[in-house]
Amino acid sequence: MSDSTAKPTSLFAYVAEFDNAMDLYHAAEKVRDAGFRRWDVHTPYPIHGMDAAMGLGKSWLSAVVLVGGTTGFIFALFLQFFTQVSLYPTVVQSKPTNLFTVPAFFPVTFELTILFSGFSILFGLLIWIMLPRWNHPLFNSSLFPKSTDDGFLMVIESRDPKFKKEKTRDFLTEIGAGEIEEVSH
Amino acid sequence: MADPTTANQNVHPSEAEGVAREPLVLNNRSMGWITNRICGIVENRQPFIWWVLFVPAVALFLCLAFTLVYLVSTGVGVWGNNQPVAWGWAIVNFVFWIGIGHAGTLISAILFLTRQKWRTSVNRAAEAMTLIAVMCAGIYPGFHVGRFWMVWFLAPVPNANAIWQNFKSPLLWDVFAVSTYFLISVIFWYIGLIPDLATLRDRAKKKIPKFLYGFFALGWRGGNRHWRHYEMGYLLLAALSTPLVLSVHSVVSFDFATSVVPGWHTTIFPPYFVAGAIFGGFAMVLTLMLPIRKLYGLEDLITHKHVDNMAKIILLTGTIVGYAYIMELFISYYGANKFEADAFHLRILSGPYTWAYYCMFFCNVIAPQVFWWKWCRHNLWVVFIISNFVNFGMWFERFVIIPTTLARDFLPGQWGYYEPSWVEKLMFAGTFGMFFMLFLLFIRFLPLIAVSEVKGVLPEADPHHRDWQSLRDKRRQGTA
Repeated sequence: MSDSTAKPTSLFAYVAEFDNAMDLYHAAEKVRDAGFRRWDVHTPYPIHGMDAAMGLGKSWLSAVVLVGGTTGFIFALFLQFFTQVSLYPTVVQSKPTNLFTVPAFFPVTFELTILFSGFSILFGLLIWIMLPRWNHPLFNSSLFPKSTDDGFLMVIESRDPKFKKEKTRDFLTEIGAGEIEEVSH
Repeated sequence: MADPTTANQNVHPSEAEGVAREPLVLNNRSMGWITNRICGIVENRQPFIWWVLFVPAVALFLCLAFTLVYLVSTGVGVWGNNQPVAWGWAIVNFVFWIGIGHAGTLISAILFLTRQKWRTSVNRAAEAMTLIAVMCAGIYPGFHVGRFWMVWFLAPVPNANAIWQNFKSPLLWDVFAVSTYFLISVIFWYIGLIPDLATLRDRAKKKIPKFLYGFFALGWRGGNRHWRHYEMGYLLLAALSTPLVLSVHSVVSFDFATSVVPGWHTTIFPPYFVAGAIFGGFAMVLTLMLPIRKLYGLEDLITHKHVDNMAKIILLTGTIVGYAYIMELFISYYGANKFEADAFHLRILSGPYTWAYYCMFFCNVIAPQVFWWKWCRHNLWVVFIISNFVNFGMWFERFVIIPTTLARDFLPGQWGYYEPSWVEKLMFAGTFGMFFMLFLLFIRFLPLIAVSEVKGVLPEADPHHRDWQSLRDKRRQGTA
C-alpha cells in the first residue's frame, strides 16, 4: 500500500492500471517484446487473443485430462471385467459373462471416463495455476479489487530480471498506464 | 500507440452493413454496472416477495422430510405402488426431475461449444437449477429401493456378502450415469463460479462474507496466466459434458427400452427422451428466469432475444417429441407385434389412462406450436404460460409411459390400476418445496448470472473493438 516506499527492499511488483482492454492488449505486446518474464495482466474476464499478446502458448491442461480420461476408461473396464467375469459372474437373461459382454459394459465405461476426466480438469487446473492460495502480495494492492470489477491491470514483478525500479515505472507510463502502484510483500 | 492494422481494419461481422445483430446486453451497460447489478442482488436485502416464496417452500420441504421419515419408518407400502404397477410416481418423478436437470448442462456445454454467446446470461441459474433438480430426482430411486440404509449396495465396493453389482443391468448404468452427471455438473458450476466468487470477495465489506467468498474463491486473482488454463479447462468440460448430457437421459431411457414390456421396448426411446429432457428443462428455465428478470431488474441482461431463443428451442424440441409420439403410434400400427399394437391401443383409446395421454399430447405438442409466431415469443405472459404447459406435459409424458404401460401387461389376468397415495402426493409437493427453497437460497447467496462471462460478451470486451471511444461517449451522454 502507501507505506511501500518506506521499505523499497520488499517491493513485490508494480501494479499499473489501463483504461480498457484494447490499451492493455497493446501494452502487453510491448511488455512481451521488451523481454519481461515475471508479469501478468489481471482482467475481469479472459481477453480474447491475450495469450498471443503475452507470448504464451497453448495450455496443456488437455494432456492432463487425456491421462485422467484414459485412467477412467481402463479402471472401468477392469472393474467390470474383474467383478463380472472373474469374481462374481451374474448370469441373467442368458447374457454372456466373458469377453463378449463388452457392449453391456459400454455405458459404465463411458460414464467413468467422463467422471475421471472431469476430476482431472478440476484438480489439474487448480494444481497448474497453484490455487488455492489465499494469501498473496497482490491482495495488499488497493488497485487489485478493480480487476474483478471493471479494471484492466498489468503487474510486473520485482523479481523479473529486467525489472529496474525507475526504468520499469517509466516504461509502464510510456506504454499507456494510468495509475501505477507499488505493492510490497 | 494502437496497432494500426488491427485498429482500423478489423470490422466485427456483426457491425458490417446489413447484418446488425441485436446486442446481448442492452442500453450499452458498462462492466461496472453489470458487477453492481448482479452482485447487488446478493449484497442487498431480498425483496419481500423472496420471503413470500421462501417460507412456503421451506414448509413444503419439511413435508418432504416428514414423508421420508414416515416412509422409512413404515415401509414402501405407504406408497400406492402395487402389482403390476411397481414403478409408480416414484419413477415418474425421478425421470421428471432428471429431465429438468438437462437444460443446465445443455446451456453450459452444447451452447458453449456452438459459440452461442447468449448463453452467458442464463447459464449460471440453469446450472444451479440442474444441480437442484438432480438432487430432487435422486431422492426417489434412493427411497424406492425400500431399505434406504442399504443404498450403498449400489456402489461397487467390497462387502461382507462378496456380492458384486450386475454391470449388465440398465439400472446400474443409471446409477453411474446420474451420479457422474451430478458430479460433473457440480464441477462445471463451481469452476464457472470461481471468478465471480472472487468479485464478491473483493466487494464484501463484512468479515464473514469476505471470509466465506474468499475461501471458496480459492484466492483467484484473474491473471491471464490463470485465465488461459481456466479457459482450456472450461472448454474441455464443455466438450466432455456434451456427450454426457446426451448419455444421461439415454441411459435413463434404457431402464425402459431394454425391458421386454410392450410400449417400452422401442429403439426410439433414447433420442425421444433426450429431446424431451431438453424440452422440459428449457421450460423450467423460462419458468424461473422470467419472474427473476423482472423482480431483480435484469431486463438488460436477460433480454427478449434470450427469451426468443429459448422459445425457439422449446418449439424445436417439442416438435421432435411430437414426432416421436406419432412415430411410436405408427410403428405399433405398422409393426407386426400385436402386444405392441395393443399397448398403444390401450394407451390412446381404451385404457384407463387415456385422459393422461391427451393431456400430454396437448401440453407438449399442440401448445408450444404458438411459438411459430414472433408475437407469442415476445409476449412474456404467453411464454410463461406455455412453459408451464410444457412443465405439466412433460410430467404427464412420464406418467403415460410408466403406469399406463405397467397397468396393462401381456395377460389380462395381470391387469391392475394404480393411484398415488397421499404420501406420494405430499412427497412430490415436497420436492418442489426443496427445489424452490434451494433455488431461492442460491439467488440469495451466489451471483445468479455469470458476471465474468457477461462482461466478456460486451462489445468493448474485444481488444480489437474499433468503436470503443464512440461507445464510451454515447454512454456518457446517456448517463449525463
